[in-house]
Amino acid sequence: MCLAIPSKIVKIENNVATIDVDGVRRQASLLLIESPKIGDYVIVHAGFAINKINEEDAMESLKLIREAASLIFDKPKKGDG
Amino acid sequence: MTLKHIQEYRDPGISRKIVERIKEISQKQIRLMEVCGTHTTSIFRNGIRSLLPETISLLSGPGCPVCVTAQNEIDAFIELSKFDDVIITTFGDLMRVPGTHSSLQNQRANGRDIRMVYSTFDALEIARKNPEKKVVFLGVGFETTAPTIAASIITANKMNLDNFFVFSAHKVLPPALFTLMESREDTKIDGFLLPGHVSVIIGTKGYQPFFETYQVPCVVAGFEPVDILQAILMLVEQIETGKPKLANGYQRAVTFDGNRKAQTIMQEVFETADANWRGLGIIPLSGLKTRKEFAAFDAQQVFDIELGETEDPKGCACGEILLGLKTPPECPLYKRKCAPLQPIGPCMVSSEGTCAAYHRYHDI
Ligand code: SF4
Repeated sequence: MCLAIPSKIVKIENNVATIDVDGVRRQASLLLIESPKIGDYVIVHAGFAINKINEEDAMESLKLIREAASLIFDKPKKGDG
Repeated sequence: MTLKHIQEYRDPGISRKIVERIKEISQKQIRLMEVCGTHTTSIFRNGIRSLLPETISLLSGPGCPVCVTAQNEIDAFIELSKFDDVIITTFGDLMRVPGTHSSLQNQRANGRDIRMVYSTFDALEIARKNPEKKVVFLGVGFETTAPTIAASIITANKMNLDNFFVFSAHKVLPPALFTLMESREDTKIDGFLLPGHVSVIIGTKGYQPFFETYQVPCVVAGFEPVDILQAILMLVEQIETGKPKLANGYQRAVTFDGNRKAQTIMQEVFETADANWRGLGIIPLSGLKTRKEFAAFDAQQVFDIELGETEDPKGCACGEILLGLKTPPECPLYKRKCAPLQPIGPCMVSSEGTCAAYHRYHDI
């Protein structure tokens, strides 16, 4: 039931947004989120935007994951095959 | 245009590195459980089970809302559909779930007015256009769905719609985690992947009482392969170092406090009550019933529907599957009598159910 992919708000009218997911346009109610703006990315569940996605956080977490992952490959491998 | 990070969270290169790291540090034999239907689907679709070392078993818990809906609730939905002036509105997944004698799909084939909707607002619209009819929405889902339905009740109230009703069979997730930890010793679960979108609403805060009681490793996870693998890695690290935490692996969407606006709306309309979960039984304060102030919208009261005593379908192992005691191939009906087009239990009906996911992605 969840649309896990964030959708972009392209229009807002009467607290209803037109959202765009990979070119597909739909409507989503904005009743459940605080101060939505055009251009925000939101997660939509059953026709409602339920939160905004923070792109900076997304990239920051990725950076940390990458760093952690690359660290192990800098270490000599354990010899247990 | 897709967000840049989405592609990266699907990057097989990063996934492979995380898997390597998991293999390097995982020593103990552990059982991890995910309690989110969308995780179940994503884990199967991305073949994540097969990537993990043999030390790790992944179990699918009671995270699919349709699968945990009790048989007597399904029967109640079917009873409602028998009123001549009622239009039933529902999300699609519920249609094929067999009740004791029928299913919504059968009822529709028999001429009852049952309509699938994408959002509760579609149901409001149907109510507005059909003032001579009574429109009932079947409210099934967890904290992700409940606020959307609460919002529709508030909207109906504002619009003075007197022909819109909700049957609330909603459930809240954290109490079920307690039940999972209290079940038999052989179901011991070493760590939980917590659901991403329930957590969007309740925040990591919502699991604190649970975590403080059991000190079991918990990580909130997103839905892309990198999200899920990273959360598994975090769980393995906690288990191997003996330092359980309640951690957030989905920071781009989940905060500590969650979505307060949604919480407020949900609490305005619903209050917690004991609820019957298929396979898990009655769990105290794990359901959401409509508050007195909104009783005029409560289908169960307005139509005076009694929840009967009903048994789960004979031979269906859904209950044990939801507890992590069995896998679908261990159910004698799996693939023989029970398949997606002819489901016997709800775990095969919902696309998020464990049996349906096995059926689709497992070649056994
Ligand atoms: S295979 Fe069918 S009968 Fe068996 S547990 Fe799953 S849903 Fe129930």
